[in-house]
Amino acid sequence: MATEVGPTSVKAPASGGAPIHHAPKGVGEDNRIATQGRWAAWLLAPTIIALSVVIVYPIITAIVMSFQKDAGLDPATGLFVEGGPAGFSNYINWIFQQCPAPSGGTVDCPPGTLGAQFWSATGTTFFFTIVTVALETVLGFWMAVIMARAFRGRSLVRAAVLVPWAIPTAVTAKLWLFIFAFEGIGNKLFNTSILWTGSEWPARWAVIIADVWKTTPFMALLILAGLQMIPAEVYEAAKVDGATAWQRFRMITLPLVKPALMVAILFRTLDALRMFDLPYILTGGANNTTTLSILVINQIRQGFNAAAALSTITFIIIFLVAFIFVRFLGANVVEQQTGAGKGKK
Amino acid sequence: MKTRNLLLPIATAGVLAMTLSACGGGGGASSGGNDAASQGMDGRGPITYVQGKDNSNVVRPLIDKWNAAHPNEKVTFKEQTDQADQQHDDLVQHFQAKDSGYDVASVDVVWTAEFAAKGWLQPLKDKMALDTSALLKPTVQAASYKGTLYAAPESSDGGILYYRKDLVPTPPKTWDEMMSMCSIAKSHNIGCYSGQFKKYEGLTVNASEAINSAGGAVLDANGKPSLLTPEAKAGLANLTKAYADGSIPKEAITFQEEESRQAFQDGKLLFLRNWPYVYNLATTEGSSKVKTVLGMTALPGKTGPGASSLGGHSAGISVYSKYKATALDFLKFLTTEETQKFFATQGSLAPVIGSLYSDKDLVAKLPYLPVLKTSIENAVPRPVTPFYPAVTKAIQENAYSAIKGEKTVDAALSDMQKSIESASAGQ
Repeated sequence: MATEVGPTSVKAPASGGAPIHHAPKGVGEDNRIATQGRWAAWLLAPTIIALSVVIVYPIITAIVMSFQKDAGLDPATGLFVEGGPAGFSNYINWIFQQCPAPSGGTVDCPPGTLGAQFWSATGTTFFFTIVTVALETVLGFWMAVIMARAFRGRSLVRAAVLVPWAIPTAVTAKLWLFIFAFEGIGNKLFNTSILWTGSEWPARWAVIIADVWKTTPFMALLILAGLQMIPAEVYEAAKVDGATAWQRFRMITLPLVKPALMVAILFRTLDALRMFDLPYILTGGANNTTTLSILVINQIRQGFNAAAALSTITFIIIFLVAFIFVRFLGANVVEQQTGAGKGKK
Repeated sequence: MKTRNLLLPIATAGVLAMTLSACGGGGGASSGGNDAASQGMDGRGPITYVQGKDNSNVVRPLIDKWNAAHPNEKVTFKEQTDQADQQHDDLVQHFQAKDSGYDVASVDVVWTAEFAAKGWLQPLKDKMALDTSALLKPTVQAASYKGTLYAAPESSDGGILYYRKDLVPTPPKTWDEMMSMCSIAKSHNIGCYSGQFKKYEGLTVNASEAINSAGGAVLDANGKPSLLTPEAKAGLANLTKAYADGSIPKEAITFQEEESRQAFQDGKLLFLRNWPYVYNLATTEGSSKVKTVLGMTALPGKTGPGASSLGGHSAGISVYSKYKATALDFLKFLTTEETQKFFATQGSLAPVIGSLYSDKDLVAKLPYLPVLKTSIENAVPRPVTPFYPAVTKAIQENAYSAIKGEKTVDAALSDMQKSIESASAGQ
């Protein structure tokens, strides 16, 4: 989560200096502005260093690596030798599912290679993202509406709802692995004998159920924060005017909670697009549950440079999705915090 | 003016950042080990031994003993996590950084070829030669790459066939015999046979055992895939047939070692292929229903004992070590009879010295040793190749589809063959 919040919180102080532009200008004033500007830059320097070390440098390294070939074996010595520059071949190989042929050149990746899984992994990733985010939004909204009401034991409910979110994902995955085991409680409880992790649709649903269980509370809390921003007077006025509960929900709650809701959906979508631990532990990626992140990790063990290309592709995909959200669906992550003055473009 | 004011600090920041991150870099150069291999061979001094989590406290007492005898060449123990993948990645990072601090590392049998081909392990020949005449052959094979020994076998492991003594009077010697006994399982309403068939490393172990036991091989002597043979086909077909007719229960495709052990201990299986660790748990755990009726025998093959996949670890010397003479002495110390006996009694690790398997004290403590010896003597190392990660994925992916019946055995083997060819073709 921290990486997503990071850039936003950095941006705020940077543009906080903006009002200085509009200050009336005098000679002494000019000096003061210069000093202030220098100070601001020096104060920002540590953040910029930190960001370049932890974000800019790895991304650039990954991109540089993705244009290198992976080390190949020298048949004479049996030792690995550097692959040399690759151009775009790593990217092309992933996208067109091409694998090196024994006789030189490339062939369509045979089933059993990671290359053959690129498009299915992309499909799986988006499938998981769409289904889990949709379910989490609906359930999260419902939970938020309940939690927003005043009733006895409300704080207890709020705390209890957070429990699944507080458990580390890997632990959640192990927990559900036991539940979904053939002799596990899932099958015992419903008197079924489903191979949850052994066939395609049950395996996919197992991942979806575990993910929804884990992250709905996160969604609920973000939506709850949005709900509580809505003044009670608006509802009272609507009631006086004779609006039904459904009308109040549709005409007041939904539009007013939309900004918070969009941010919540954006965060969850980005999170779901890089889903790794749950399917990795639950199914090991078997039965069409291999996501892009799992593919990256598997590829790292076989060759860094092709893995770098794949993670760059994943990065671009996630970036595009985020861009679409912010640009076209009005998820105002950044602008809201830098002041409402700018408004929407 | 303002731009210039801003530029200086930001430029400083940028330069600093690059300097900082340069420390973390240095990856890439992987074949630089050749010169390093000729250096430090006479060096003596303190060294570090790197190994995964020491669960049964074997390594520390051994190192204490070594240190008492060698006050000027002390060994420090660097303990890694208990996850094999993390141990592998940790070693790769340190070797890539040419870290002279990782002198001796414990290497899983399936990583040896990869590390050797990367030029990270000191070849144990000429001045650095190690006497392996007393060691079990398959363990030496698994520590060699292209005919050169790269690590000292440290501990071994092999598959054992567990069976129900109360239901099976004489254990099966061949796969067909075992399958013919499945009627016994049926009449008692339990599953007949299981190994580990979930899509993970265990499936590679089980599938290669099936192929090797039927006389086939995943890779030939030159490291080229050789899966398009009638033997390989017969081997994989044994598994798919047994799964299709229910001799292998359908839930077995979700089994790792622990799930299959649990099913056997609950009395739900007639035969189980697993590692030696099952013996202790199945005979001592309170919930075990097979405590008194646990039988052990070698894995079934085509006409006699089957070919188990080999597990275990070897100790390799990093080419970047400065004190290789000390390191070699430490390797010799690890393979002495005394040390090996200690490994077995203290940590239940299978010894790499053949004669210990008939040692009376040891057999009294670990009754599975004679069976295990047959298993290891007939064992075939998992495919020895620097492309192991890709090879194991190719086997898992296709064997899994074949067992589930989504692919014919022929198609699975031909895809396996092509995938392995492609992986070894490099780029």
